[in-house]
Amino acid sequence: MANEPQIQQDDEVMLLNMGPQHPATHGVLRLVLALDGEVIRECTPVIGYLHSGFEKTYESKKYQQCVTLTDRMDYLNPLGNNLAFALAVEKLLGVEAPPRAQVIRVLLAELTRIQSHLVGLGSNGLDLGASSPIMYAFRDREMLLDIFEMVSGQRMMTSYIRPGGLAKDIPPGFEEAVQRFIDYFPEKLDEYHGLLTRNPIWMDRMVGVGKLTAEQCLELGVTGPMLRAAGIPRDLRKDMPYSGYESYDFQVVTRTESDCYARYLVRMDEMRESLKIVQQALNRIPDGPYVLDDFKHAYPPRQLISDQMEALIHHFKLATEGYRVPPGEVYSAIESPRGELGFYIVADGSGKPYRVHVRTPSFTNLQCLPVMAKGGFIADLVNMIAAIDPIMGDVDR
Amino acid sequence: MAASEGLLQAVAEAIGDGLLATDEDRAGAPILVVERGSLLKVCRLLRDGEWGFTHLSGVWGVDYLAMGLEPRFAVVYYLYSPSLRSRVAVKVPLEESDPVVPSVVEIFPTANWHERETFDMFGIRFEGHPNLARILMPDDATIHPLRKDVPLGGEEVEFTHNAERIRRQRAAESPEVSRN
Amino acid sequence: MGVEEKLPGSLQVIVTKLANWGRQGAIYPLTSGLACCAIEMMSASMGRYDIARFGSEAFRATPRQSDLLIVSGRVSMKMAPVLRRLYDQMPDPKWVIAMGDCASSGGVFNNYAILQGVDRIIPVDIYIPGCPPRPEMLLQALQTLKMKILHEGDIHGRI
Repeated sequence: MANEPQIQQDDEVMLLNMGPQHPATHGVLRLVLALDGEVIRECTPVIGYLHSGFEKTYESKKYQQCVTLTDRMDYLNPLGNNLAFALAVEKLLGVEAPPRAQVIRVLLAELTRIQSHLVGLGSNGLDLGASSPIMYAFRDREMLLDIFEMVSGQRMMTSYIRPGGLAKDIPPGFEEAVQRFIDYFPEKLDEYHGLLTRNPIWMDRMVGVGKLTAEQCLELGVTGPMLRAAGIPRDLRKDMPYSGYESYDFQVVTRTESDCYARYLVRMDEMRESLKIVQQALNRIPDGPYVLDDFKHAYPPRQLISDQMEALIHHFKLATEGYRVPPGEVYSAIESPRGELGFYIVADGSGKPYRVHVRTPSFTNLQCLPVMAKGGFIADLVNMIAAIDPIMGDVDR
Repeated sequence: MAASEGLLQAVAEAIGDGLLATDEDRAGAPILVVERGSLLKVCRLLRDGEWGFTHLSGVWGVDYLAMGLEPRFAVVYYLYSPSLRSRVAVKVPLEESDPVVPSVVEIFPTANWHERETFDMFGIRFEGHPNLARILMPDDATIHPLRKDVPLGGEEVEFTHNAERIRRQRAAESPEVSRN
Repeated sequence: MGVEEKLPGSLQVIVTKLANWGRQGAIYPLTSGLACCAIEMMSASMGRYDIARFGSEAFRATPRQSDLLIVSGRVSMKMAPVLRRLYDQMPDPKWVIAMGDCASSGGVFNNYAILQGVDRIIPVDIYIPGCPPRPEMLLQALQTLKMKILHEGDIHGRI
């Protein structure tokens, strides 16, 4: 059968279901394990328990409405999803967001990356039995959620980055709040390092666990921190830069051991690099418009609507019909905290996309779980899932 | 892309009539529309040739029914070359009556789940795939949801002007369930 | 419900009140996080919003030991039978909170894949709107549920 391990049944093998509801599977992931005692002979992931029909729903919504849906796919990277969609639509329109919007986009995308890695770090600890890291991680994450709430009114599903620029301008107090976080966070990272990195129990459970060779990673199409922990310095922010990333000074963090410990260290160091980018972005936010001047494709600022007749008419047309995107297709990808997140959009000249496919990193990265888990223990399986850091909304869409 | 001239020529030489058309997407990546018989050859050429398109971003399908284009389906493969830092796309058009295409799992093992998802969503079969089964929909699902002739589904949204009618319909359909 | 119905009148009142007070004091939810609302549920159990001070000290991983099923996230058609089975495996007394728009009514997803409201398969006690609802809304829902439990069997029907 399709969703059972393809293994010869004998007396030694027990089939165990690590069901969709499980505290350590990072959401609704089902694993069917063929066990020989504690050792895993085969591991078959069964996904689809969070399939929400995103791609079909996109086809029935205007481009502006699609932005709110994109938040909910990889729900720990909402601004990143918005950014990927906005970049794809802007390529179809043949426009580029104004400089102020681009810098703020980079700033918020990196803060989202830090927030996502914090949850990954905390969940990793919780899965292994450590209940303090998640408490500390969520405490720091709350500061970031306050910043997101300040710009968009929403803690998580912000829908703030839209095709053409941003939803609205950053409020006063934003830059101070971000600077406060930048000053506060490095010593917290050192605190996490002090708590975990040389901790004998942490190292015992993570060093040497879940090894994948670089060739295996490349063949399986793995991207993101997992690939960088195998020694391959591939990062779309450096390789195919978008939104001005080529002008920021940051390193691509790599390790060579390609085990769970290396992946943990890669994520920790990536948070530090992201903080550097946030500081650089904060220092160079230029003045200017936050959204395109061309109101045929981007909503006019709210203040103008009550002053100018054209702005009012544009807003009405955009809200009822949506902006028309000329026919064409595009595939545009960004580096999300999990890897390559790409949007393939086919436009047919109307106000709704014809076909949207989202190439999500967790879907592809999860394919390496059966390869990693073979021959390991269940306790290590939990660790491996945490190191892949899948988000089931990303996997199932 | 700098190498695109040499690329198109090499592909045209290798598969001749198999190259049906060339196009470009809005990000500047060339799109090679090839016949399904030449797909494996093109993939091997792109992966092993001098350009080094070793990373397959994914495999997905498109249904052109609502656009009125023939043939109805297309399977799209996006490849990325780390050395050239650029992408190329391969598109295979498929007729509605015969939506079968060879599987590229041997060349790019990452295509395994992507092809399963394309089968699940469109009903396109991949020959040579080790385990072509539904992956996102429930195992007993009968529809291929992303096809254009399959409706979106869901329920009708109640507004003040149609709430009464919807409630009467629901009560008539399932009288034993009481829902206020 | 249960043994207190078999007791004589005055004793029944006292035991019911005692049982209700005990039940509402320590409601242990199940780790039934499905999607985005699960992250807000996690935030509600962490330092800033701290659900433990309201009695939900431990989230149980097994339905056999939990009282409360917080359906946090969208329920797909594939997941619906699993959720029903989880609900059936919980022993009485049990309660259900539908957290978020997707659990209450299908949310932004009006399509073939998402169950339009979890109340189609299990009875729900409290609905929380929001996408996702703030952790404080979950805490208020929990407080409302506690009041509901405290006044259960009350002849005046107060909440």
